[in-house]
Amino acid sequence: MDTVLAQMISLITTAVSFGTVIMYGSLGEILTEKSGHLNLGVPGIMYMGGIGGLTGAFLYQTWTAEPVPGVGLVIALLSTLVCSVLGGLIYSFLTVTLRANQNVTGLTLTIFGSGLANFFGGSLSKLAGGVGQISVAVTSSAFRATQHATDSLVTLVSRGAGESGFMRVLSGILDTLDKTVFSYGFMVYLAVVIAIILSRFLNKTSRGLNLRAVGENPATADAAGINVTRYKYLATCTGAAISGLGGLYYVMDYIKGTWANDGNIEALGWLAVALVIFATWKPLRSVWGAYLFGALYWLYNFIPGQSRSMQEIFKMLPYVVTIIVLISVSLRRKRENHPPSSLGLSYFREDR
Amino acid sequence: MEKAKVTTVQNEPAAEGREAPERKPAVELIGLTKYFRSIPVNDNIDMSIYKGEILSLLGENGSGKTTLMNMLSGIYFPDAGHIRVNGKPVVINSPKDALDLHIGMIHQHFKLVDVLTAAENVVLGLNESFRLNLRSVKREVEAICQRYGFEVDPDKKVYDMSVSEKQTLEIVKVLYRGADILILDEPTAVLTPQETKRLFEVMRNMKRDGKSIVIITHKLHEVMEISDRVAVLRKGKYVGDIETAKTSPQELTDMMVGRSVSLNIERPEPHDVRECLRVEHLSVTDADGVRKLDDVSFKAYGGEILGVAGISGSGQKELLEVVAGLQGAEPGSVVIYTDRDGRTSSLIGKTPMEIKKLGVHLAFVPEDRLGMGLVGDLDIADNMLIRTYTEGGGIFVNMKKPRKLAEEIVEEFEVVTPDMLTPVRKLSGGNVQKVLVGREISGEPSLLMSAYAVRGLDINTSYTIYRLMNEQKEKGTAVIYVGEDLDVLLELCDRILVLCGGRVSGIVEGRKTTKEEVGLMMTHVGAVRAE
Repeated sequence: MDTVLAQMISLITTAVSFGTVIMYGSLGEILTEKSGHLNLGVPGIMYMGGIGGLTGAFLYQTWTAEPVPGVGLVIALLSTLVCSVLGGLIYSFLTVTLRANQNVTGLTLTIFGSGLANFFGGSLSKLAGGVGQISVAVTSSAFRATQHATDSLVTLVSRGAGESGFMRVLSGILDTLDKTVFSYGFMVYLAVVIAIILSRFLNKTSRGLNLRAVGENPATADAAGINVTRYKYLATCTGAAISGLGGLYYVMDYIKGTWANDGNIEALGWLAVALVIFATWKPLRSVWGAYLFGALYWLYNFIPGQSRSMQEIFKMLPYVVTIIVLISVSLRRKRENHPPSSLGLSYFREDR
Repeated sequence: MEKAKVTTVQNEPAAEGREAPERKPAVELIGLTKYFRSIPVNDNIDMSIYKGEILSLLGENGSGKTTLMNMLSGIYFPDAGHIRVNGKPVVINSPKDALDLHIGMIHQHFKLVDVLTAAENVVLGLNESFRLNLRSVKREVEAICQRYGFEVDPDKKVYDMSVSEKQTLEIVKVLYRGADILILDEPTAVLTPQETKRLFEVMRNMKRDGKSIVIITHKLHEVMEISDRVAVLRKGKYVGDIETAKTSPQELTDMMVGRSVSLNIERPEPHDVRECLRVEHLSVTDADGVRKLDDVSFKAYGGEILGVAGISGSGQKELLEVVAGLQGAEPGSVVIYTDRDGRTSSLIGKTPMEIKKLGVHLAFVPEDRLGMGLVGDLDIADNMLIRTYTEGGGIFVNMKKPRKLAEEIVEEFEVVTPDMLTPVRKLSGGNVQKVLVGREISGEPSLLMSAYAVRGLDINTSYTIYRLMNEQKEKGTAVIYVGEDLDVLLELCDRILVLCGGRVSGIVEGRKTTKEEVGLMMTHVGAVRAE
């Protein structure tokens, strides 16, 4: 019984931290796609965000004798935002202003981003004294600092536990809650907050409505007096910033402030793109979708006696689920679940 | 920035009457010029729009009416010339600028977002408040509706709306933004006669309210009915304007075309009539299980024109599609085709390609002209090739013939195009249609079907198409002509098949029947049996 519970808790925490990486990626991509731009450069932007944050933190820790975790955190955040917005700017300049093909631009950006990140990642490793040596533990600790909000409650309850069975159950529940909900770094919660803000923005504000209109039918938005170009730029760059945070979370929290040229971020980036489709372009759906993807992806770890090849098959589950969602959405033919109508199309006012 | 709200009527018709000696122009266009690829689409145009008038803008396809109005509404920027609004020179860089000057345009292709509701479409882009306040929007929409006699459900999604509802929403949208000058681009092209009547009532209400309205249309009887003044464009140049009360359809046509055109349609007596198509008990059910055609039987003869009349959506489209092999039919349906040599074959179960090879041609002009029949991104010659690409055995296509055909069509139909390499979607609507009809006729069909072949076409081109239909008839081709203008059907067709809700209401003789009779049959099955 206890081992099953421990396994469950372990699966949930794995799913949540894994899910957070792709949640950032997909939230950014949802915002971008709402403006009608299909940015397949998400993996690249996550790479750029990740390496940006790592470089910032590394340089800070190298140049200061006694680095303060909080300062490292702010520096890492800022350098991530700068790098990923830069990626967003490259993409939007090419696709909005020059009206280049969005698929080609996005894929190119992914290749560029991963190349750039692995180049600098390798260089940083060299500076740090060899492969596997790089570690920004101080900054990473700030990212991974957890607020066990229920800690004191747990101790309080368990102190008086002993005697009554009810108290023992209560303390057990609190303990489980503590391990599954309150045991993460702040970026896990930040992702959920961003999802809620995005959802409210898209559905409850005038500018959110305008943005949706731009992605659905830019000519209409234009005729209604909306500055289409500005909305596309802002949505793409803000989206890139959010996606980039996914890279930062991966580097600082998920792999604890290290770097590996293993292409993992790219794989996660593609999973984020799949998650956008799974969530049918709704930010809140992408929250539980991300955790579900995480759980499905790591499920093989919790089923004993898997061969290597079976493990790989289990890792396919998120994609299989995405395909199933696509099929059911197409069958239901509900217009609200469809991608923005002009997704992938360039807009030029005088075109007819 | 000025807040665009429903402006209460400024020039309240205090003493309306006839005190119009010094009319003030609301808008003056001075020397407006616009080029597309070095072709002047609008050439030095001077025009005025006065307060409280309905002005018809008349011109053939590609004469630059829409382009001119697009410059006024901020879609295009003029290459030369300028605009004055209420006497003050203005620069209109974007649709927003136009709206700030109280100019609103209702485009031929609606500018609405499908997945949004009516109210959401109305407030789009206004940013009245940070939080969306749809409740106050709904109230105001209802106020506008009451004032002018519209009907709009603010919570309805646009994709659930009919064409006429969408159009009403478009008008409400520009009124909400405080437009005093409304431009309507071919608003009646997609409306039924009843809907048109309602639209005209609303337009008169708006005019009484002091708004200026510009209506772009091809239909002369509508021009005569609704407008106070008519301005005519020809090949991008301003021909002149004239008060509607002082002119006639014939005079307007002559101004538009630049020479005298006869407004009579010829109807030669059919000769050597032979059976070409026999349809019996034809029934069609669509994907949603709705009966589109119910036990339809008729015959079409070579050497005559069979008209098909009916309210739009009565099964015309399905009828043509079944014959062309694009649509399946219910079991028990019979479609027998007889070619010129008297060989008969059943068309049910044949592929569109096989049917085409038998000589059955379909010039289907759907609501969206490019949707079926032409590929927008290809040029005219490539679009000719689509018909004949299977000819010749080699792996390379022979472009010589299609290119020659394309040139012939451009010449014969006077297609206005910068050059032969321009993609079809860049041509104006009427020119696109000429290309499509021209191609279908060129294939020497023995059964030619056309639907709404003159929809949106100007008078001159329409008459060219009627002449071509008659030429085909003289050659012994069976022509099926689905039309919406009853006057034309009655003048052109030998027999008219009237559909009503997917059933045959009757088949009448074109020479003997009346407009009233056909109109009645369109709405009631079997109301009149004239055969």
